[in-house]
Amino acid sequence: MHVTMTVNGEEVERDIEPRVLLVHFLRENLGLTGTHWGCDTSNCGTCVVQLDGQPVKSCTVLAAMADGHAVRTVEGLDAGGTLDPVQQGFMVEHGLQCGFCTPGMMLTARALLDENPNPTETEIREAISGQICRCTGYATIVRAIQWAAEHPAEAVEKVAQS
Amino acid sequence: MTIVDEPRTGSEHGRHHDHNPAADDAARPVGFGRLQRKEDPRFIRGQGNYVDDIVLPGMLHGAILRAPVAHARIVSIDTSEALARPGVRAVITGKDLEPLNLAWIPTLSYDVQSVLVTDKVRFQGQEVAFVIADDRYAARDALESIEVDYEMLPPMIDARRALDPDAPLVRDEMEGRTDNFINDWECGDKAATDAVFANADVVVRQEIVYPRVHPAPMETCGAVADFNPVSGDLTLYETSQAPHAHRTVIAMVAGLPEHKIHIISPDIGGGFGNKVGIYPGYVLAIVGSIVTGKPVKWMEDRSENLMSTSFARDYIMQGEIAATKDGRLLGLRADVLADLGAFNGTAQPTKYPAGFFNLFPGSYTWEAVHGKVTSVYTNKAPGGVAYACSFRVTEASYFVERMIDRLAIELDMDPAELRLKNFIATEQFPYDNKAGFEYDSGQYEMTMRHAMQLAGYEDLRREQAEKRARGELMGIGISFFTEGVGAGPRKHMDILGLGMADGAELRIHPTGKAVVRISVQSQGQAHETTFAQIVSEEIGIPPEDIEVVHGDTDRTPFGLGTYGSRSTPVSGGAVALVTRKVRDKARLIAAAMLETRPEDLEWEKGRWFVKGDPTAGKTIQEIALAAHGTMELPEGVDGNLDAEVTYDPPNLTFSYGAYFCVTDIDKGTGKVTVRRFVAVDDCGTRINPMVIEGQVHGGLTDGVGMALMEIIEFDSDGNCLGGTFMDYLIPTAMEVPDWETGFTVTPSPHHPIGAKGIGESATVGSPAAIVNSVIDALRPLGVTAIDMPCTPSRVWDAMQGRPTAPV
Repeated sequence: MHVTMTVNGEEVERDIEPRVLLVHFLRENLGLTGTHWGCDTSNCGTCVVQLDGQPVKSCTVLAAMADGHAVRTVEGLDAGGTLDPVQQGFMVEHGLQCGFCTPGMMLTARALLDENPNPTETEIREAISGQICRCTGYATIVRAIQWAAEHPAEAVEKVAQS
Repeated sequence: MTIVDEPRTGSEHGRHHDHNPAADDAARPVGFGRLQRKEDPRFIRGQGNYVDDIVLPGMLHGAILRAPVAHARIVSIDTSEALARPGVRAVITGKDLEPLNLAWIPTLSYDVQSVLVTDKVRFQGQEVAFVIADDRYAARDALESIEVDYEMLPPMIDARRALDPDAPLVRDEMEGRTDNFINDWECGDKAATDAVFANADVVVRQEIVYPRVHPAPMETCGAVADFNPVSGDLTLYETSQAPHAHRTVIAMVAGLPEHKIHIISPDIGGGFGNKVGIYPGYVLAIVGSIVTGKPVKWMEDRSENLMSTSFARDYIMQGEIAATKDGRLLGLRADVLADLGAFNGTAQPTKYPAGFFNLFPGSYTWEAVHGKVTSVYTNKAPGGVAYACSFRVTEASYFVERMIDRLAIELDMDPAELRLKNFIATEQFPYDNKAGFEYDSGQYEMTMRHAMQLAGYEDLRREQAEKRARGELMGIGISFFTEGVGAGPRKHMDILGLGMADGAELRIHPTGKAVVRISVQSQGQAHETTFAQIVSEEIGIPPEDIEVVHGDTDRTPFGLGTYGSRSTPVSGGAVALVTRKVRDKARLIAAAMLETRPEDLEWEKGRWFVKGDPTAGKTIQEIALAAHGTMELPEGVDGNLDAEVTYDPPNLTFSYGAYFCVTDIDKGTGKVTVRRFVAVDDCGTRINPMVIEGQVHGGLTDGVGMALMEIIEFDSDGNCLGGTFMDYLIPTAMEVPDWETGFTVTPSPHHPIGAKGIGESATVGSPAAIVNSVIDALRPLGVTAIDMPCTPSRVWDAMQGRPTAPV
């Protein structure tokens, strides 16, 4: 079947098998390997991307379901060379170790902050509770998202200067 | 380096608002300290390079058909329908591997393991056939078309029955074998221990089960094999924590010359021991590439990872502790039954079949101890060393810390007081633990008191008393662990005959930038940052000017890899020593440049200068340029600023820590909530406090997982009940508290920079603190023991006075 969608602001179209999962479409058809795959059961959330601004687990979304919609992946967080505050926060607060869950965590964080710019710690923990990180113990991820909430403008400025 | 006299302690709870030195060019920090990671820029942009991200021209995809049953003879396999499917290139079975001598391969413990079943299935999920197809969907589809006729056999599941005379035989292919016994191992002094127990005031017995759990890194295991039939070169991209050891073993197994094998472990999405072993899938990818003449990718799915790759623990431990009435420890016995599954696939050093269970006496002085471990085969997946365990240290530490608390209950004594009364004293180090290990250093009482102060121990006990008066269930659990990490001295420790040493190579380029090549492989531990910091500390070049190369056998020196917290203790030692070697060479060149004698020079970070005349000196960058320049070099000095070493550590490094866990238990449901967790760790010299804190946080979360939710169970037919993330539960952000960490610093006296391993400390130390806390919460109900995982139903059973189901 033929699908057309916007991925990180660019329109893409491909002919695919109807059963192709969005995660495989992104990774294998488009070569966007920043989105990872970690389980078969929608439990781990390493595959989280944004679909029309909402975090979804791309291992449980068919590429066909994204037809006509807008997808944002980790490759689209770094817009025009300027790091998203969430990306900066993850570096400053050591919110990542092996880096495998990180793209999904950051996309959830970005969606959270878009909706709720000043989340409480509990709201942050709830937002990422559908995702597993095996390395960090979550506290530094929470701090990273808090950092992003506190530094929206400064972060952008800092990178622009460098 | 000697132990510091003055206590050095601290805590690091919460956010870091301090200035980030790495972002400031003027600061150009050198050496140890908090520093943002050099690996992060690629990961936060989605530019990591994991095995599944690798795509080679013409690459095919493999998928493994796995046995649906635990024990069955294979009558026939019909692959014809699968072969006829569109896109399928080949289907390989055990019969195809037999003539290649690849149906069975060695394990890392002198046993053999099956690659594809030739005779009978020995665990559910075992590899039966391998399909190679044009894409991953076609390969998966074809698995459905393979017809296998199984003749069912009674499974051997309960390890406690494995040595019964009528137990089903797991390994009947081994000539002359009539039982499921693997090996016995002992340490300590049995006769002396018997004598101590015979005369003790108090003896307490307790069975402690450490159930089967799984490392479950977020990235599953996989490989891309690329065999070039013309040159005979094999390039293998692989999820490996030990690429050099894998290359050697694959050379032995596959009969390929070692110099023709190139292993690349790119970014690894977590390992925790899961990526130490050599799995059938790796071998099948290689065979697939040889057969098809094209690159073959194999990535397992989550169920394959949980059901077939290296599990951890599965130790059934009988403990006995002897003491005086007033709480002086006298003797300790451990009698362990170890369930190793269908093949002995552990990755212990050869002379240590029960790993470093020698650490079971813990952090205390005893008159005598005796430990015994008996290992058996069952119809379960093989493995047994994985999950951040430093070679059975986790089991040993959990055992002794549960036993100490059990004794405290018996004596009606405060568990903190009981520990303080029996610690090995600082002046007793180096300390022979009576079970075969010599602990290098420790300041246990200082660390314990620091943790008690951070936790507010006395206030917590007061709060608990008030809550108990109201009928609420609040627990305070303690664990004080000592782990021995950094295997190891090569004369004592090897894997398949390969001594456990590690190499390092350092080059200072003419412009004063550096590259250091190491044999260990990061799975998230930040080697690219911390190893650059070690070089930086020793030679004064900023870490950002130092490239760390790892994970590629063609670009790095030989060494045994990353597991058992050995990167900093072994490879970190190698990196410090190779840098000192370069520094010594730089001194000779600097002396020539300054027209003086080397012994008249003095070192300050980054620069040799003339004693008494600090203005006359040469920076390491100036020396590097001169080394490659036109000046006449001193006799015997080559025209470069390079060096290489192989570091053979004289002993393990003995990290330790004091952990306090506060739990609340819901009386209506049995649900345990970890409200607070205070962890004070001592890993000697601290290279990067931010990375250390991260390592500790991750391990504490593993501990919550094992203590409260993680378990791989089997039903009586041998069906794995933990084969998906719906069944195998891992903590999310909702189940863990905001960690409170602290530290003390007791440098290792024998390590070049005084550092000790930290990667597994929290996984080793935390489960006992949590379970002890649960038991402490349930004390008013008469509970004295509970086995992991403390799920609501198991806690509920304990609350009702029912024994928890054996695991």
